[in-house]
Amino acid sequence: MHLLDTLGVDVETRRSSPVLISLFITCYNDTLFPGTGRAVVRVLERLGHTVEFRESQTCCGQMHYNTGYHPEAVRIMRKFLQDFRGAEVICVPSASCVAMIRDHYPKMAAEAGMEREVADILPLVFEFTELLTDKLGVTDVGATYPHSVTLHTSCHALRSLHAGDRPQRLLQEVRGLDYLQLPASDQCCGFGGTFAIKNAEVSTAMLSEKMRSILETGAEVCTGADNSCLMHIGGGLSRQRATARCVHIAEILASEEGHE
Amino acid sequence: MSIRVGESAEAATFPKAAKKLLANTQLRRNVRRATDTIRNKRAKVVGEMPDWEQLRTAAQQIKQRTLRNLDSYLEQFEKACTAAGGKVHWARDADEANKIVVDIIRGHGQKEVIKVKTMTSDETRLNKALEAAGIAPYETDLADLIIQLGNDKPSHIVVPALHRNKSEIRQIFMDTMGLTELGHKPEDLAAAARDYLRERFLRVKVGFSGANFAIAETGSVCVVESEGNGRMCITLPDVLITMFGIEKIIPTFDDLEVFLQLLPRSATGERMNPYNSIWTGVTPGDGPKEFHVVLLDNGRTRVLADEESRETLHCIRCAACLNACPVYRQTGGHAYGSIYSGPIGAILTPQLQGMEHSTSLPYASSLCGACYEVCPVKINIPEILIHLRRKIVESGGAPMTERMGMAVAGFTLEDSGRLGAAQKLVQLGRQPLDALGLPGWSVARDLPAIPTESFREWWKNRGAR
Ligand code: SF4
Repeated sequence: MHLLDTLGVDVETRRSSPVLISLFITCYNDTLFPGTGRAVVRVLERLGHTVEFRESQTCCGQMHYNTGYHPEAVRIMRKFLQDFRGAEVICVPSASCVAMIRDHYPKMAAEAGMEREVADILPLVFEFTELLTDKLGVTDVGATYPHSVTLHTSCHALRSLHAGDRPQRLLQEVRGLDYLQLPASDQCCGFGGTFAIKNAEVSTAMLSEKMRSILETGAEVCTGADNSCLMHIGGGLSRQRATARCVHIAEILASEEGHE
Repeated sequence: MSIRVGESAEAATFPKAAKKLLANTQLRRNVRRATDTIRNKRAKVVGEMPDWEQLRTAAQQIKQRTLRNLDSYLEQFEKACTAAGGKVHWARDADEANKIVVDIIRGHGQKEVIKVKTMTSDETRLNKALEAAGIAPYETDLADLIIQLGNDKPSHIVVPALHRNKSEIRQIFMDTMGLTELGHKPEDLAAAARDYLRERFLRVKVGFSGANFAIAETGSVCVVESEGNGRMCITLPDVLITMFGIEKIIPTFDDLEVFLQLLPRSATGERMNPYNSIWTGVTPGDGPKEFHVVLLDNGRTRVLADEESRETLHCIRCAACLNACPVYRQTGGHAYGSIYSGPIGAILTPQLQGMEHSTSLPYASSLCGACYEVCPVKINIPEILIHLRRKIVESGGAPMTERMGMAVAGFTLEDSGRLGAAQKLVQLGRQPLDALGLPGWSVARDLPAIPTESFREWWKNRGAR
């Protein structure tokens, strides 16, 4: 019997029929946050879906594109398109990588003569929380996480993906989770990729404001759909020896009683 | 050619200037408070417009159409303005523009001019040129007056003295107006400025203004403002000179309707500006007897030539992007080294001035997109920032360490085997990360513990477990 069934949740309302989901882990998560990837796999499999991981995959090209290195970005895009050819659904646990694909691939494709391939793949690409709420039709994924949590909606999730209240809806279904609203939640945390290094002082000034908002909520955990922002915020919190820490939303949704 | 944007060519790089400003807690508090206030007001009055998005699209389309046919609209404007008794001058660059203005004032044997907000005159450094020619310029917009008297620089497009608070302004007035007493209330400060300015409004024979819009169809010029001082400048003197960038043209009078809804709501959070002045040439017996228009290029045709970033010229200088920008919020406007600050400054200054002078500006953004979201003419500023970064990289202007880092990263990411090998290196120690330039990171942020196993390794070993 499935875990959710033991909790008495109506199967029909929460689950689409099994889907073969191709995971695009992203280079960043692959290298620095493999726990997020493991959590995504756990959630999706728990919901009865099959996850595949195409080992040839690497990156979406975001860092190169945003920093002005377009030929490299186009080569990486070409590789992404090849790697995921024929995929049914592509799950990406990073809002900024999805934004890169949705907002910039069409233009890059026009320059590289790959409009067809890009147009074909775009409808298949889902950010992890989008995949759950929109494609798989679930908000209750059967998680238990007895902590107070606030949500940092990254700029890409907010303005490019128009995440709306999707992540919040998912969190509010988690057993034991105390959801605390983040003040000034539309403010950028100051990460911005190479910005965090090129303009380190301004970036950390922005971070200070964000940390103040997080600490104001009193939450133990700050979550979000982008490990890039979370690494930046978490790094600042850790430096300040604050008690709050950052955890990717997939890891919260993967948590079960006695197993975080 | 002497294309320039104020002193931006000599300005410190953004990170350097920002670092200095970040230490000024008073200034940062002033900026935060002021931008928060305007942002909230804007959000409220924009929220009550059900057709806001359609208005934005309409404005964008009007601007696109104008720029596609800018040459003919400019000539149409010249013809209509001339027919109404105005005289139109064309200035290719800053020096040409300044010379035209100085010559007109000298031609009338005048030694003073009253000015109202003209950003283009900051671009050309007109005041300096006037002073060199023995002509005294008096700024009459209250904020510009504070800047002029305080020997300061504007830090905001709409509210140039936004970085100053009330008590700082009071001190500037006391010091420069020769006052021994002055109250502390805003009304007291306004009264002092009024006394100071009125005497000049009535005495000075030449006025100088900018324009928010210039209508090709009728040859009319439009200025919107909140104080009424602009109204004084454009109606009281015998001679009026109005200077604006060639992109301020709109085709027809009807088009104005769209912009007069968008601009005040975006700029000051007002439904309508208190003063909307529209005039056409000269009217005998009423207002100035002589009216000159200076059409300024100063790099604008260069911006127009780049299709990818041309929309920079859509800007109506509402400053909504500044008020929304989390970077501007921390540093204020001076960090941008130009009269044009904030997100629009980061894309406009480098394009006007020439990229080589302001290579740090396109990087002065986390690409959060807040600017694009509020821009009333829908300028995709993040996209243009990326485009400008690309131009810098393509012209070899990026630092060597970055170029090498990106080349190595690009090579690594083009093959999963190479990526796997690089991950092994990262796991062995932090060296490779630090080598990519992470020292800046570690000033205020810890790095996460490097995992002992990448995701791809975990996946591979998964079956075996
Ligand atoms: S870029 Fe847009 S938001 Fe910024 S000042 Fe110009 S019109 Fe206003």
